[in-house]
Amino acid sequence: MPENVFDAIVIGSGISGGWAAKELTEKGLKTIMLERGRNIEHIRDYTNATKDPWEFPHRGGRTQEMIKDYPVLKRDYPLSETNLDYWVNEKESPYTEIKRFDWFRGYHVGGRSLMWGRQSYRWSDLDFEANAKDGHGVDWPIRYKDIAPWYDHVEKFAGISGSKEGLPQLPDGQFLPPMDMTCVEKDVAARIKEHYKGQRAMIIGRTANLTKAIPDRTPCQFRNKCALGCPFGGYFSTQSSTLPAARKTGNLTVRPWSIVTKILYDKDTKKASGVEVLDAQNNQTYVYKAKIIFLNASTLNSAWILMNSATDIWPDGLGSSSGELGHNLMDHHLGIGAGGTVEGYEDKYYYGRRANGIYIPRYRNLNGEKRDYVRGFGYQGSGSRQGWSRNVAELNIGADLKEALTEPGTWSMGMGGFGEILPYHDNKVTLDKSRKDKWGLNILAIDCELKENELKMRKDMLADAIEMLEAAGVKNVKGRDGDGTPGRGIHEMGTARMGKDPKTSVLNKWNQVWDAPNVFVTDGSFMTSASCVNPSLTYMAMTARAVDYAVSELKKKNL
Amino acid sequence: MNRREALSTVALILGGTIVGANAFLEGCTPADKKTTPEAGGAITFSNDDIAYLDEIAETIIPATSTPGAKAAKVGTFMTVMVKDCYTDDDQKTFMNGMKQINEESKKKFNKTFMEADAKQRTELLTELDKQTRQSMANEKPGDPKPYFRLMKELTLLGYFTSEVGATQALRYVAVPGRYEGCIPYKKGDKAWATA
Repeated sequence: MPENVFDAIVIGSGISGGWAAKELTEKGLKTIMLERGRNIEHIRDYTNATKDPWEFPHRGGRTQEMIKDYPVLKRDYPLSETNLDYWVNEKESPYTEIKRFDWFRGYHVGGRSLMWGRQSYRWSDLDFEANAKDGHGVDWPIRYKDIAPWYDHVEKFAGISGSKEGLPQLPDGQFLPPMDMTCVEKDVAARIKEHYKGQRAMIIGRTANLTKAIPDRTPCQFRNKCALGCPFGGYFSTQSSTLPAARKTGNLTVRPWSIVTKILYDKDTKKASGVEVLDAQNNQTYVYKAKIIFLNASTLNSAWILMNSATDIWPDGLGSSSGELGHNLMDHHLGIGAGGTVEGYEDKYYYGRRANGIYIPRYRNLNGEKRDYVRGFGYQGSGSRQGWSRNVAELNIGADLKEALTEPGTWSMGMGGFGEILPYHDNKVTLDKSRKDKWGLNILAIDCELKENELKMRKDMLADAIEMLEAAGVKNVKGRDGDGTPGRGIHEMGTARMGKDPKTSVLNKWNQVWDAPNVFVTDGSFMTSASCVNPSLTYMAMTARAVDYAVSELKKKNL
Repeated sequence: MNRREALSTVALILGGTIVGANAFLEGCTPADKKTTPEAGGAITFSNDDIAYLDEIAETIIPATSTPGAKAAKVGTFMTVMVKDCYTDDDQKTFMNGMKQINEESKKKFNKTFMEADAKQRTELLTELDKQTRQSMANEKPGDPKPYFRLMKELTLLGYFTSEVGATQALRYVAVPGRYEGCIPYKKGDKAWATA
């Protein structure tokens, strides 16, 4: 085989790209994984992962220089000196905000699988049927039964810890043992259950952290430093999980510094023939050819690649014939919730730093209830004892203050909502041909906002959080009606949605581009609606499902 | 801060009253203020300044059965944070505060702060802390931060995240290895250094 010809190309190396590479190589396909950024080698390149807090000159904070260099990242918690080099260089890779959109990106091998929040929830038919039932967007071409075996498949390999709860809106999975709740969380959970007569639940979060060893991986050590990269491989990332599995097959080539500028489309075969790559270091152009292509560049960048592909046939790019490419951009809206203090429990504490919290699954617009908005939301949160940074009202300075702060303080309990955003055609991303990035490539313009349904939902998200905490006996409860700007959920979805009809969707039910069946898009861009649960587990399952289909079609010579 | 901590919202809701953590959060706000060193003029600290800040910090967090702020090199830490992380406005407030404390000391004891003894220093800073808390209670958004609040924040942050503070005044285990969510606590047991 010539060196630029492979059986399969995977564009991107994050959560879904890693899965595509693992599944393709394990099925015997010679695969090249193209990553636009640098390599990050597991363990070796986690430069800050084993540092103690005092080894950071600003103790994890942010300098004015960082604030100046990262005008987007500074808008929320990710900007920190602890993992700054995992986030995109914003000067090199700008984007245009027609409306404000906080786009937090990681351009390196592993992508955001290194920094992700790891919360992992299954969708249910409540989600897959939502569009069909309330008329927003288009109907999903699949249902829960289509994805359920693939959830099993990816959960077993990734390692998801959680508790079986029997909730229809949040199906149970193949779980490793659940993490503990704190004493306060246990009691708050019991009181919520009682107060709402079993209609609301507070459960331990389901997270891609190992609570027991699985092959080739060490359990979570409860350091709570996941976002720095884990030298134990205690949580799922490309580096800890899918990449070693893919490498073990001998079928994988990884090429960092490879910006895919377009998918090459062959008019005669009506299929893609390969990709064009701009080497980010030497600015040379290379071509790679393959029978199948998996596009996993992340929701917005996958749309960007498609928009720049096959423009001689479709001026707005490959997959644009439906008029939906780049449209229906979604995220989850966050920044709203409540918190307060909990009396008592002075004789209770915990050991270890749990890289997880509690979860309150969706309960609104369920069981016949009808609010003045559609869909719903969940909450994540935690109950813990305050540390040294609390205020001690009665003490000024000196030995008494010091001694007081060396003991744990009052318990507090807080939670923040994750709300579903509907698929709106006019929430979209387009090419901004007036501006260029460092490599002279056109950039994206994002035009996305919350609309009436989300704003109505937020009223419930705030009021319910306060009500539930108060019902559970939490004191001094204060609501927080914070920043819900799209992007801050870091769950971009929907720019190349799946559907049943090529006239209204970009992909078919197997994640194939209707106009180029050997191109499979399995990152967040395929999402037809957003649900309110964290989406990455669904990308994993859908990627494995699409690879299985692609390879069987390839064997049947249908691709 | 990680996403879960950011989400749990407790820290942010109580943020107005939390003292030490503000240094992390303040970085989020000065989006539109001029932030380059050129604009405000680079600030410098002498060894004498560091010794002076060490004594201010030691007065706030003194050595007791465990080492104090000076042993944790909090003076140096403060200068790094003020130089690198503060806005121009906060830098000015902090630098003026350094002068102010000395002047208050001269007024009160006819001695510089460095010449004053530990008891006098404690008396002076206790009074300043009281005044600062009163003024903060009536604070309106956008008001300049009182200098003693900045110094106290940096002292607590610098001390409790230092090796001395985290491992001696508090408890720190780099690799806990397991998680137990609900275990007994008895008065006197030290708090965990990190969440």
